[in-house]
Amino acid sequence: MKALPFKLIPTLEARIEPSLIMKISSPILAIFLTLIVGSILFSLLGKDPLHAMQVLLVAPLSDAYNINEMLVKMGPLLLCAVGLAICYRANLWNIGAEGQLLIGALGGSAVALQFVDSSAWFALPLTLIAGVLSGMLWAAIPTLLKLKFNSNLILTTIMFNYIALSLLNWGVHGPLKDPDGYGFPESAMFSEATTLPLLFSEGRAHLGVLFALVLALMTAFLLSKSHLGFQIKVFGSDEAAAKYAGFSSTKLTWIVMLFAGALAGLAGIAEVAGPIGQLVPGISPGYGYSAIIIAYLGRLNPIGTILATLFMAVLYMGGDLAQIELGIPTAVIGMFQGVLLFFLLACDFFINYRLNFNKSNAAYAQ
Amino acid sequence: MNHLNNSSNHAQQGRQSQNPQRLSLINITKEYPGCIANDKITMSLAAGEIHALLGENGAGKSTLVKSIYGVVAPDQGDIFWDGRKVIIKSPSVARDLGIGMVFQHFSLFETLTVSENIELCLSKKQLTSIPDLSDKIRQLSRQYGLDIDPDRHVHSLSIGERQRVEIMRCLVQSVKLLILDEPTSVLTPQEVTNLFTVLRQLAAEGCSILFISHKLHEVTELCHHATILRGGKVIATCEPKNETSASIAKMMVGELAEQTAGYAKKQGTDTVFSVNNLSLSPLQPFGTTLKQINFQLQAGEILGIAGVAGNGQDELMSVLSGEDNRSKAETICLENQNIGRFSAGKRRKMGLAYVPEERLGRGAVPEMSLTENTLLTHSEGFVQQGLVQWKKLKDYTSQLITQYSVKCHGERSEAQSLSGGNLQKFIMGREIGQAPKVLICAHPTWGVDVGAALSIHQALLTLRDQGAAILLVSEDIDELFLLADRMAAVCDGYLSPVVQTDNTNINEIGQWMAGTFIDEEQSTMIDTSSTSPTPSQHSKKETQA
Repeated sequence: MKALPFKLIPTLEARIEPSLIMKISSPILAIFLTLIVGSILFSLLGKDPLHAMQVLLVAPLSDAYNINEMLVKMGPLLLCAVGLAICYRANLWNIGAEGQLLIGALGGSAVALQFVDSSAWFALPLTLIAGVLSGMLWAAIPTLLKLKFNSNLILTTIMFNYIALSLLNWGVHGPLKDPDGYGFPESAMFSEATTLPLLFSEGRAHLGVLFALVLALMTAFLLSKSHLGFQIKVFGSDEAAAKYAGFSSTKLTWIVMLFAGALAGLAGIAEVAGPIGQLVPGISPGYGYSAIIIAYLGRLNPIGTILATLFMAVLYMGGDLAQIELGIPTAVIGMFQGVLLFFLLACDFFINYRLNFNKSNAAYAQ
Repeated sequence: MNHLNNSSNHAQQGRQSQNPQRLSLINITKEYPGCIANDKITMSLAAGEIHALLGENGAGKSTLVKSIYGVVAPDQGDIFWDGRKVIIKSPSVARDLGIGMVFQHFSLFETLTVSENIELCLSKKQLTSIPDLSDKIRQLSRQYGLDIDPDRHVHSLSIGERQRVEIMRCLVQSVKLLILDEPTSVLTPQEVTNLFTVLRQLAAEGCSILFISHKLHEVTELCHHATILRGGKVIATCEPKNETSASIAKMMVGELAEQTAGYAKKQGTDTVFSVNNLSLSPLQPFGTTLKQINFQLQAGEILGIAGVAGNGQDELMSVLSGEDNRSKAETICLENQNIGRFSAGKRRKMGLAYVPEERLGRGAVPEMSLTENTLLTHSEGFVQQGLVQWKKLKDYTSQLITQYSVKCHGERSEAQSLSGGNLQKFIMGREIGQAPKVLICAHPTWGVDVGAALSIHQALLTLRDQGAAILLVSEDIDELFLLADRMAAVCDGYLSPVVQTDNTNINEIGQWMAGTFIDEEQSTMIDTSSTSPTPSQHSKKETQA
């Protein structure tokens, strides 16, 4: 039998230059592939995949209540993701948004609980500032360790997530526990003065969501128009050039990390001072981790991040609805996120590589 | 099946219609948006022929050799290899055919050792045929005088040493066609002589060599044939031994090339920049320790520093530019201010500009536009309240591009899309545009063609005449004699005395480059004062011995 003129198993080869088409279509392709895998999974579970997709992706946008709830989820996701996108632009692998969010909530709550019986106008700003500063502090420790001892940022930020969770648990079981709460691990309800105002007459969407959108747009503006944004981009893409130009890597590392910490801290305090209204152990269903995926899905661009957050928030909402309507565990959302990140990284690979079905001895062909 | 039959027919036709040339190019055409890089280029190489490919930057030399090496696919035209028509789809296909190439921008993994880097490009078959790669490298290294230690990590090697690794990589693969893009630009005169011996030896063994160089006397000395490109077309071919450097230069750049015999030397005025007793251990484990370096740089002069790659130039440059600011404050002085501890950014604000050795990846961010790369070092006047005045910056960049005749599509071109010489003209223009008091310039015309080198030289002289102090570090001794008003040499981290260029000659500087100025007393004093010497010091001393 003669050999085929092409290979059945293609070889990988590097592209001469990165493919622009793949750069743009990679996130879309990844979402599409995720949906296919999801459909197969739902079929195997004995659910109608079309109905499941409808519940997951369409239902969350179907009425005012659901849209409100989706916006509530968008707030923290977007804040964390924008901060992380800037970190990754600067080649700083901060995985600690989750911990910074939790500590932001904890620190902000400690202040808010001083105003349980008060209606002072400055109570809310003070609470928010406390949250932001706590988030920054939590980002500052791994940053200091990196700069002083050259420790690995990925490892320290992950470890600080676990420390943050333990601190939060200690807070709600100990000093911040509501004395009239029958021993439940929860703080007292925040007063009106330390609660974020609602955006609409109905629903739970609050001022924090607006903060997130405004901050995302501002970050996009600063990244493309400011000298600082330029320095961050240079620092991330070519450290030798940044050094040659005289940009201070220490200064840029601090700015970027503290900025991300501040945004994550704000996300945390906006959760407890917004839809939750008190400090509880389960503030975040992993917003800080999902934000990593969102930052990549949004191509590390603050505007792209807004779109990616929208998608992820829909997925979160859809997960809740799927649990109610289809009896599928919410763990399915974690799985969806994992599959999505997997496909995204796989698709990104083809920006710089391609499959070659031609025979390797093609040199002599033709 | 049909497909395969057809192909063999083609191949046979090819065989009949061609002479037994090793490589023939017929009407190779490659068009990029906005320019034709190669326009119907036809040329051929016989076995054992050393063929020079000449032309200005942007003449299409790189594109042509990339087509041969399978990096670029030509739009039209045919390539015949040993009389057979081939389509070279990738460098690995080229290597399978027996084509090796040493690029101008090296492609080595910095974290791996020399022998690991070489091992990576070998096929399984080649690997099994070599019992011990390190031994093979040592043996070839001795045979060709390349002085390569297979166990060293590439990140600790200087540019010159890295280039030798690239040449070694091809030698190990026993190639049939070796393409060399400016191989001699970082070698000492002795090393160049050694390299030429290697190349002649290879050619005598039947290997064809395609040699790109801007040093025309090398071409007349070494090459059997030359093809000259201008604007993507073959405009002349010649036998270099029947030509002179001047006549070839004329063919390359047209009537424009009036190489001046020399420039007037100038006397500097006040000292603006000085280095006082600078000694510093290296950051890199295999770097060179700087030892008791002293010199003064005066306004309105060019001070040239000669030396073979890897003798402390890289370390000295980063200490002077501020990228390495570990030296004592008083060891470096700019206008009576001790700046040894200042960051690169702070020094730049004080009027110290710097053109680094690596253009891409340090002097310019590869994937950023020229406008963004202007902003990299030139933010003065383009940033208001923290915001970048992009419009103003774009206009200024376009002006730089015109003023220094940088060949590119415009200010939006990515730095990596420019040829080496054009990028260098851009970087020079950017640094000079900041009206520096002191300009530190490393290897300004390395890999740059005659025309571009001329305009870079002119720019440097103009800057000097405007009163700037210029420190010129170069491995090209001819260039230093041409430009420098005073000269010195570095060897093993020591700096020789500084002399007037008019009062010295190439022999004296050549001896200084080999370290004759280092007296026994001085070196023993240093050896006892420093802690245990690093391995590199050992190897360097052995090299000199």
